[in-house]
Amino acid sequence: MSAMTDILLSLLILTGALFTFVGSLGLARLRDFYTRLHGPTKATTLGVGCLLVASAVVFSLEGDGLSLHEILVTLFLFITAPVSAHLLARAALHLKVKSLAPAPERPASSPARD
Amino acid sequence: MRRLLPHPLLSLSLTVLWLLLVNSFSAGALVLGALLGWLIPFATSRFWPEAITVRQPGVLLRFLGVFAWDIVRGSFQVAWLILRGPARLQPAFVEVPLALKTDLGISLLANTISLTPGTVSAQLSADRQVLLVHTLNTDDPVALIIEIKQRYETPLRQIFEPENRS
Repeated sequence: MSAMTDILLSLLILTGALFTFVGSLGLARLRDFYTRLHGPTKATTLGVGCLLVASAVVFSLEGDGLSLHEILVTLFLFITAPVSAHLLARAALHLKVKSLAPAPERPASSPARD
Repeated sequence: MRRLLPHPLLSLSLTVLWLLLVNSFSAGALVLGALLGWLIPFATSRFWPEAITVRQPGVLLRFLGVFAWDIVRGSFQVAWLILRGPARLQPAFVEVPLALKTDLGISLLANTISLTPGTVSAQLSADRQVLLVHTLNTDDPVALIIEIKQRYETPLRQIFEPENRS
């Protein structure tokens, strides 16, 4: 691999690591359940995205042929992350977990159709 | 045609998914993938009460572009908000009135909201008219609701529910 790709890959991995770290930092620093939910589920979207792009490039250049497994990882991550975040938030609303934001007026236990 | 191949789009995506899993494009993998893509929709037909049709591929592409850009932009915002410190955050619950009607449309909107950083869809009201969204930081909830409706809901309606357009 040329020096250019090396630099590009390092940048991608560093950016990915940075965003994943900030996401985890959010989990530790933020103050209520709902805001904590944002750190790990979100900042990691871009963080993991960068890492996966780097992985795809490395294995496409070094291995034999295109490496497309990373697309699958992204896809499954994008399908499952919002569902788990939504379920966590709903469960928290149901249990009336303490919230910094004023709680919604609608009764939290009103069953949504599902 | 309808009965033999109830969900062509789903079958196609399953076949592509299979090829990606195998990570090879041999004829055997293609045949097996096509077979799976044909059979799985039958096994899961109860999850797909309505056929999925994409009415406006152009709008879909633009929507995906906006979505990708918002993930990048939102990630930077959330990272900045976390680093700046939690003391100055103004989290809020906002209620987004829904114009989308179908299950598919509503779940795609909820997923989009949850994937773009800074907002999580928390609950759908029992009458399916209102989506409760939690946001990490906002000083203008009304602007946020308008943004969600314009950026995500309007294109989703154009793509999946054109007959309901008012």
